[in-house]
Formats: sequence, C-alpha cells, structure tokens
Amino acid sequence: MANYSETVNSLRSVFQSGRTKNLKWRRSQLMALLKLLDDNRDRLSEALEKDLRKNKFESNLMEVGPIRNEVIYALNNLTDWVKPEKVKKGILNMMDKAYIRHDPLGAVLIIAAWNYPVQTAILPMIGAIAAGNCVVIKPSEIAENMASLLEELIPKYFDTECIKCICGGIPETTALLKEKWDYIFYTGNSRVGKIILKAAAEYLTPVTLEMGGKSPVYVDEDCDLGTVSNRILWGKNSNAGQTCIAPDYVMCSKETQDALVEKMKITLEKFYPEGPAKSSCYGRLVSDRHYQRVKKMIEGGGQVAVGGDTNDSERYIAPTVLADVTFSDPVMQDEVFGPVLPIVPVKNEDEAIARINAGSTGAPLALYVFSNNQQVVKKFLDGVNSGGCCVNDCLMQGSIPTLPFGGVGSSGMGRYHGRFTFETFSHKRGCMERGLEMESVNNIRYPPFTKNKEKIVTWILKQKLKSNANMSLVIYFMFGTLFAVFLKVFFAPQMSVMNFFSK
Amino acid sequence: MANYSEVVTSMRSVFRTGRTKNVEWRRSQLMALLKLLDDNRERLSDALKKDLNKSRFESCLMEVDFVRNDLINTLNNLTEWVKPEKVKKGLINMMDKVYIRREPFGVVMIMGAWNYPVQLTVAPMIGALAAGNCIMMKPSEISENVAALLEELFPKYFDTECIKCVCGGIPETTALLKEKWDYIFYTGNSMVGKIVMKAAAEYLTPVTLELGGKSPVYIDQGCDLGIVSNRVLWGKVMNAGQTCIAPDYIMCSKETQDALVEKMKATLGEFYPDGPAKSPDYCRLVSDRHYQRVKKMIGGGGKVALGGDSDDSQRYIAPTVLTDVTFSDPIMQDEIFGPVLPIVPVKNEDEAIAHINEGSDGYPLALYIFSNDQKIVQKILEGTNSGGCTVNDLFMHCGIPTLPFGGVGNSGMGGYHGKFTFDTFSHKRGCMERGLKMESVNNMRYPPFTKKKENTAAWIMKKKLKSNGSMSLIPYFIFGTLFAVILKVIFAPETPVMNFFSR
Repeated sequence: MANYSETVNSLRSVFQSGRTKNLKWRRSQLMALLKLLDDNRDRLSEALEKDLRKNKFESNLMEVGPIRNEVIYALNNLTDWVKPEKVKKGILNMMDKAYIRHDPLGAVLIIAAWNYPVQTAILPMIGAIAAGNCVVIKPSEIAENMASLLEELIPKYFDTECIKCICGGIPETTALLKEKWDYIFYTGNSRVGKIILKAAAEYLTPVTLEMGGKSPVYVDEDCDLGTVSNRILWGKNSNAGQTCIAPDYVMCSKETQDALVEKMKITLEKFYPEGPAKSSCYGRLVSDRHYQRVKKMIEGGGQVAVGGDTNDSERYIAPTVLADVTFSDPVMQDEVFGPVLPIVPVKNEDEAIARINAGSTGAPLALYVFSNNQQVVKKFLDGVNSGGCCVNDCLMQGSIPTLPFGGVGSSGMGRYHGRFTFETFSHKRGCMERGLEMESVNNIRYPPFTKNKEKIVTWILKQKLKSNANMSLVIYFMFGTLFAVFLKVFFAPQMSVMNFFSK
Repeated sequence: MANYSEVVTSMRSVFRTGRTKNVEWRRSQLMALLKLLDDNRERLSDALKKDLNKSRFESCLMEVDFVRNDLINTLNNLTEWVKPEKVKKGLINMMDKVYIRREPFGVVMIMGAWNYPVQLTVAPMIGALAAGNCIMMKPSEISENVAALLEELFPKYFDTECIKCVCGGIPETTALLKEKWDYIFYTGNSMVGKIVMKAAAEYLTPVTLELGGKSPVYIDQGCDLGIVSNRVLWGKVMNAGQTCIAPDYIMCSKETQDALVEKMKATLGEFYPDGPAKSPDYCRLVSDRHYQRVKKMIGGGGKVALGGDSDDSQRYIAPTVLTDVTFSDPIMQDEIFGPVLPIVPVKNEDEAIAHINEGSDGYPLALYIFSNDQKIVQKILEGTNSGGCTVNDLFMHCGIPTLPFGGVGNSGMGGYHGKFTFDTFSHKRGCMERGLKMESVNNMRYPPFTKKKENTAAWIMKKKLKSNGSMSLIPYFIFGTLFAVILKVIFAPETPVMNFFSR
C-alpha cells in the first residue's frame, strides 16, 4: 500500500529551508526543463505516438512546441513576476509602502491527464516552479508510455529533492490525496474532480480543476462553409477528438447543416487523401474502454452523414458526422471526447443559447461561434457563460499566454497559462510598511472615543462618489483649453495662435 | 425543516433572464446599498452595541464607514471594471481581437460572521453585486440584532427577486449548503470552513474562505516601545480582541517583554482613564460560550502581568497581558479571539520565524513585525508566509482597497476588498475573435502534415530567450541616440547641437 507521508514531509522541509524561493534556483530548474524538452523531443514524440498515435507534427504544434514557448515566456518574465507589485494608495498612506508580494505555497501536486500527457503535466509545472514551490507530478497511467518517460527523465534533469514524478494508478492517486498538499492542480473529468475537491477540503487545500463538458459550436447563416468546415474539423480531429476544448457538437439551421456536411466531405478528403485509416496524421482512441464508449455514440442519434467506420484492433474511429441529431439523443447527454460530431438543427441563435443554458453538463469549457454578424456574436457572449470563447475558429483561445485558460461551473475552477499559472501557485500577500514615527496622528483612532474624534475620522475617511462620466469630460475639456492657453502665453506670447500650432 | 430549493431555483431563473448582468441594474442596487447604510447608520450602530457593546466610533471606523468607502470606490470604478480587458497578443494574432470578459457566476451565497457582522456581510456583497450576481445573504445568528436588522432592511432596499437575506442557525445553514450555489463566500473558523468546502465540492462550487488562526507579532530590539504598545494594544482591544486579524500573541526578547509591559500599563491608562470595565468604548464577548472559552485562557500559561479580571454577568474580560508564556502552554494552541495577550520570549527573529512556520495552525492570517531594521523585516517576510502583513502597525494592510485581503493555508483561500472582491465573484473568460478570411494561412496547421509545414510552423512559433538585463539596455541606448539625431536633423538642421538642446 503506497504511502507518501515521508515524501511530502521531506518536500516540505526542503521548502522551509528556502531553497525553492531563491530566484536563481527557479531559473535553473526552468532552464533544466528547457533542456529536457530540447534533448528529448524525439523520445517525447515517440511516446505520444505509442499512446495516442499522435503524429510528430501534432506533437510539436500542440504539445512540445507550446510548452517550450511557455518556459521561455516564464524565463523572460520571471524577474517581473516575482517583484513585489506596488499598489495605488490614498493620501492617508502617502508615507507608507503598500505592495503585493507573490509568495510560494509549499509542496504542490499536479495530476495530469492522458489526452495531452505532456502539456497537462508540464504547463502547470512551469508556473509552479516559477512561483517557487516544490512540485510532485502524477502523470496519467492511461498514457503509459509518456508516464514512464517522464518518470525516467524528471530525476535526470531536476533537483530531485524538490521536484518529483510519481507514477501509478488509482491506489497511488488515492494515497497521494490522503496527504496534505499546499495546492492541487487537476486536469481530467468532473467525477474525479469532485473526489479531489473533497480530499482537498480535509486540509483546506486550494485547487484548480481543469475539466470539460460539451463545448458547443454555433454556425450562423452566411458563413463561408468551406472555411467553417476546415476549422471545425481541425478542432475535432486533432488528437482524434480527445481534447478538452474540442468542438463537441454543432448547432445550425437545417439548410446550413446540409450544406456544411457536403463541405465536410471535401475537407476530410483534403486532410486525409488516402483516407483517415491509412493517414499517419490521424490519431487513435487511447484505450479500449474509451474506444468502446465513443464507438457506441456513432449510433447515438440522428444518422451517419460522414464516416462511421471503426477498427477494434487499432481503436480506430473514422471522423464521423451525425446529422439531424436531437437534444434528447444519447450522444447529446455526455461529453463525446472522440471524433464523432453531432449536428443538431436549430431555428436560430436564440434556441441555441437556450439549449446550451439548459444542457445537462453545465457551462461549457469552450464556446465556439461562427458568424459574420457582430450582434449574433454578442448575443452568445452575453447569453452563455463558458470557460473561454473563440469566434470563427476552434481551439485558438487556448494558444496565447495572455488569455486565462480554465473552466467555470462544472467545467472547472481556476485558470492558467502564462502569468496566470504563476499566480495560481502563488499567494498574493498584501503588505503595508509604516514607520514608528508620527504617533500623534494615530491618536484619533485610540480610545477614549470622543465626538470630536468621530467627526474627524469620518471626515478623513469619507470618499466622494464621482459625478457621472459626461460631466467629467467637460472638466477635461476645460483643462485642455486652459493648458493650451497657458502654453501660448508662456512660450510664444507674440505669435498669433494659428502660427503657434503650425510652427 | 427548512428547504431552499425553490428559492435558489427562482433566483437562477431570474439570473438567466440577464437582469443582474445589466450594468444599470448593478449600479442601482449598489446605490440602494449606499442608501441603506446612510439611512440606517443609527440603527446599525445600536444593533452593534447590543450584540458586542461596540461603541459608535468603532461602528463607524471598522464597520459602516469601512464598507461605505469600499462601496463608493466600487461605484466610481464600476464602468472600468466591467469593460472587457484587452490583452497583449503576438504578431500571429495581429488581426484578432483578444480580450478577457468578466462574467458573473450566477447565484452566490455569502455567509457572514458575528464579529464584524456588518462589514463581513456587506463587503463581499459589494463585489458580488458589482460583478452581476444574484445574492443570498446568511448573516451569523450569533450577532442576532444585526442579523434581524439586515433581514428587515434588505427587502426594503433591494430587488427582492435577486437579493435575499435569510436568517437562522445550524439547521438553516445546513439546508442552505445542500443547495447548488455558483459561488460560496464564507467568513468564520476553519472547522466550519471545511464543512462549507466539502458541501461546495458536491457541486464543484468554487469558494472563498476567510478563516483565522494565531496572528503573531514580532517586536525587534530598538523600537519605541511606547508607540509599539499603543498600536499593538489598539489592535487587541478593538472589539475586545474578537477580530480575525487581531494580534494574537507577541514574540520578543525577555528584556523587551519587561519594558513593554510597563508601557502597556501606561497605554491602558490612557485608553481607559476610568478603567476598561467602566468605559463605554470597551466591548464585551459576544456570547457565554465564547466568554467562558476566553476566560479559561487567562490561566492558560505564563503569569498575568496586566488585567485578568472578568465579570460573568456582562461577559466582560479586562485587557489582559500574560508574560513568560511558552509555545507549549495551552493558550498557545488555539486562536484566542479575545482580549488576552500572551507574550512569549524568544532569542531572536530566527526563533520567531521557525515557530511561525512550524506552528500547529499553519500560516497566520496576519503577520505583524515591529522593527526599524529593513533587513529584519525582509528576513521575516521572506522566511514566512501569511495572509497579509503590516510592519510597525496593526490592521493597516486591510485598510486600502488595492491590497488583497485573505488567508493562505489554514487561514483561508481567496482574497478580496476593492477590485479583488469584484474579481472573486467574476469568471475571467478568455476570448478570441477572428475573421473567416485568410484561410490559406491556416493551411499550415491542417493535415496532411508535410516536412515543409513542420519547418514553417516551428519557425513561426519559436520564441527566443531574452538576453540578460544589462545587454538589453544597449538597444535602448542606441535608439535614444538615433532619436536625438533624427530630432535635430528634422527640426533644426542649421542649429548647432548645443543650441538645439538649450533652445
């Protein structure tokens, strides 16, 4: 029976020694991560190929490449992130120093997922190290080749007393969750997310849960359906649909559906000239269990308009499009997480919005809207909440480090990427430094409380409600005019006004 | 048996209509809150007097005016905060709109505490309203007069379909926690905090927990102990020590302890010329249970150097200072939350830091350092973690809306005040808007994946590690010189360089 108490205690001792807080140490570990990625690009690609039949290009574009960029982004910004952040203060605190420190939390646990086994382990790790924590990574046992590779490589590159990789299945994960962590970062499904949140509650451990749900796509009238088809199918077929922000299903009018299906046939021929089964660019389902789960969905509603073929021995499911699906069909009850794309005809965007909000899987992780009509886009943004949103494309809202990436409601809590990861693993500590002088000023707050003190305090503290915006523009205008006059009077009193401004 | 399912369902329906998202609605409710505070200042003071014997001065400074200012700050900034936040994007996303929207969560519950029953219900509510949520307020039943007053006033001022106040004890709280909330904000103790977090876990509801713990004070050599005494005792006697960030205990050298006690006698003489029992400015313990709990602590370690008297009929405990306390004494095991102040002599700041880190109740909510030596201050800050910190005073890090107020580890999770409250009750939604044109650019990411695509993608994506600090200043120097030359050449080609800059 696995027991990690000693491991966690030793991590916490090293943390208390201050080693991981040291900026040079953080930088050295991030450089080590960079080296790990650069030295082992091929081996990482091979492991992804074995686990998910991921093509080398996809491995670079969607896993190793973005991670490498995030490490560099963190290294380039580390000094700024770690600096205490000065904050605005009022006149009362004029003589004080007021700032926010970002302090590390301690020993943090990162539980990764199998679908992007490098990204979901390493991306959070970047921010955790940048923030100065000790880190344990628990890769998903379902992506077993990547798990063993990480287990082998991590001790070779990192400070093993502070950064560890622990592999295993449910027993090991359960044992890890029995320990007290200072933060837990989990990527996966909501059923296990609840288990983790409950385990964290025992120790009042804060968490980030990156989960999923059914990410809808709405396709408006008058879109270039060839382009729409390319972008949706790219989002759907990457990793054979096993992406937390994959477009789960499409809603559009019946006419759009029929036209879109024709374009999708063309797109798929373009993507896979020899057919997806023979293409080295198309993935496989990760395990028999998931394969069977998704295979069932092919019969889960509507009719098969494209694809539908499978191969048990390879866990291959063709890119499949189901047309004329209804909201009560089986395929519309749970997240698909595979290359089966239901299309559900709707009257218009209002019906689509109502359906998303009534959906059983809660606020989606991603919302996709294809439209040339800014009003329709706004209707969706205002009417539906989602982790993130991309208009006229798929997946791209997860691609830049300045956008927070995370869910809401049942799709998750917390966010990361870029500086958001650093902040996830830090505590924002509000600090104020005063001097031991000017004690007489403090007298008004001490007892005995006289009526006089009460009046003065209320007067000092009282803030004023700003007048409304229009009024304040008038003030700016007045100041602008006064300033121009002032410039003229002082710098060129003899010159006529016209000449002054064209000098 | 209380059941709130219908209430929550109806609030969620109203939320779905979009009413609370409307900025004018939010503003109107915030203005209603302002009116509630201004119309009922007297009644709120009276209720606080009945519940805690709080003086009018304390009611203004620490409760009503405190939240009133936060409210005004929020009203003044609401338009800014609600606007989508544009973010930096790279060249690849030059044509895209990339921004963060802040979406309300939905129906949120705020559970207030009894020690600052106005502040701790209203301050979170300000941000929840500003963020566009429906709100269920549950004041603490222990401060029963304020609870009853809020229950009466809420329906008179607010949109009753969206903002409700429910009173009750453990059965009502338990029933409320059975429902699905979109956010829960709890202020109180860690035992109930765990219960709240576990209940929230059933629905994957995110939480903020404002808890407590033993907030230490470290007093360095060479401080003006008269001033230290004033400031520390002020923090301790406010609300008779029933403050989550009250200075729980002091660590200092034996010599400092002895000198400090003398100063504290003088301070208390100034604060309460007729003695604290007779002063209208000194509070009482809120209930018999808490009174007995704190009264026991008078005998909980060391010896009584000041105070020690109590009066059961009034739930009065004099400001009490214990000296020569040790870390293993009973009084050093739990948060005091009363006007008893243990002093624990230590060798130096190293011993203090070690104790803060190894203390049984984890990181404190507040850390107080009295020192004129910046090195000592930084040593302690670097060597510990805490919710927040004030140097050379008490409470001040909570006094400005630009510093986040919250705990870490056992003292809590999340932070609020000012914009942080607004952010607490908002989901940060990353959004990207693209056009449906320039599809040819996207071809690079579609299968079939050729070596050429691979190379192009790698080249486009690759980020560069910035050179170290001093090197990067040289380009600025070069640019600066070039710019000066350009100015001269364009604006004053005839003027010799010297005259150009002294014109």
